[in-house]
Amino acid sequence: MSLLTIEGLWKNYHGHNVLRGIDLTVEAHEVVCLIGASGSGKSTLLRCVNLLETADDGTIHLDGEEITDVRADADGVRKRMGIVFQAFNLFPHMTVLDNITLAPRKVHKVGREQAEAQARDLLARFGLAAKAGSYPDQLSGGQQQRAAIIRAMATQPRLMLLDEVTSALDPELVTEVLGVIRELKEGGMTMILTTHEMGFCREIADTVCFLDGGVLLERGTPEQIFSNPGRPRTREFLQSVIDARRL
Amino acid sequence: MKSDGQMAIPTDWVKSERQVERERLRKQRSRRSSSIATVSTILVIILLFWVFTNSPGWPRVQETFFNSEQFVNALPEVLSGFLLNIKIFLIAEPLILIVGLLVALTRNLRAPVFFPLRALAVAYTDIFRGVPTILVIYLVGFGLPALGLQGMPTDLATLGVIALTLSYGAYVAEVFRAGIESVHPSQWAAARSLGLSHGRTMRYVVVPQAVRRVVPPLLNDFVSLQKDTALVATIGPLDALRQAQIHAASTFNYTPYLAAALLFILLTIPMARFTDYLAARSQKRRGQ
Repeated sequence: MSLLTIEGLWKNYHGHNVLRGIDLTVEAHEVVCLIGASGSGKSTLLRCVNLLETADDGTIHLDGEEITDVRADADGVRKRMGIVFQAFNLFPHMTVLDNITLAPRKVHKVGREQAEAQARDLLARFGLAAKAGSYPDQLSGGQQQRAAIIRAMATQPRLMLLDEVTSALDPELVTEVLGVIRELKEGGMTMILTTHEMGFCREIADTVCFLDGGVLLERGTPEQIFSNPGRPRTREFLQSVIDARRL
Repeated sequence: MKSDGQMAIPTDWVKSERQVERERLRKQRSRRSSSIATVSTILVIILLFWVFTNSPGWPRVQETFFNSEQFVNALPEVLSGFLLNIKIFLIAEPLILIVGLLVALTRNLRAPVFFPLRALAVAYTDIFRGVPTILVIYLVGFGLPALGLQGMPTDLATLGVIALTLSYGAYVAEVFRAGIESVHPSQWAAARSLGLSHGRTMRYVVVPQAVRRVVPPLLNDFVSLQKDTALVATIGPLDALRQAQIHAASTFNYTPYLAAALLFILLTIPMARFTDYLAARSQKRRGQ
């Protein structure tokens, strides 16, 4: 059984179809990379999987359970996933440590000491041990995004969703965040990520999906998509990326 | 100077003469600014003083409002009345905060079972923001005891506290609601994505940020509340205004009102400074 199965997913905003019948399966430990131009529906797809958006049609199954069911427990579903946003969305009134331990303590009912010990382990692993007591606005963008990734990981999710996590960062800070994602993959984390970093996508993805106008146009290994794209539209997109020197 | 394009790495900074001269000019300019400010302030004060003291009615105003003898006579009683104002304020303030926050949270409840509560909260804010505070004080002060319910307070100051709480609670609820709504939706998304329920998101993520943001407008409302404790005088308790009235009525001199006004100012100025201090503190923390 696949970890995540999306079938015929539609999403409409103000009369505009952002997602048009998406079919996608994700196996455990697989890293799926969504590429496509801005507005192609990548972020909306992630937000639908996390139930931050309500699907207008189609189904999403997580571990065989239909999470798009109206009666599904949204909080229970979200407990099993982590999402990281482009703009970090750390809680500005809490220290980094409190940001990370909030969900383990209040949702998963882990004791404070244990939650903090786990958080400190993660912080040390990703080079943020010294920042546990800092507030988000005292950190650089790269440090904030690493803290946000740790926050999403702290509840040991089945699936991580990463939405343009490096797009708001200076080029020299991108590397440190990509390093964290690489580590996640080595640890066997199942991930769906959207990115404009094509080089990174090629390196880390098991599967690359090209979205265009809300349609999943092409799906394959990085080798297939980048070296031998089947569709003219994919070729066009990759060419524009090469022209912009992002590949 | 190297010719291959590598720049010399500077060692220690020694202030150049240009910089020394710059700093001298800056200092000179700032000295001039402050002396101009001092002179113009003195001139304005002199002018105002001259306008007032040369107005045709000044001798009478001085006699009825600025009578030092009356001031000294009235002050002890006005001051004892003022203690009641402070007491009303200190009791009403926490009650108002509680009522305001509860009403704001009630208006944000989503579950259908809470519909009546939500409707009640909307009706409450609509009504009590619409009715003038002085009318609420009359209605509560004379209406509640008339109900004759058992355990209903009859103490006038207590009724005043209830009326002020009802009236200000509606305002403070709207301040809290504005604060809650000003927290960016991405904070909701982040909290909900971690599996936090609506209630927990409110409690741990949204309300703490909202409260920090609304502290200045809340303190502003409390400065206003400190003054409005004087409205309770209309239903009878012996507060500063009432004591001043009693004095003025027996001497035909209005200096006691001035004494009461001074006491209110003495109370509100520290509050204003405290607001500034809080703002500066949060500024400092953010600026790091």
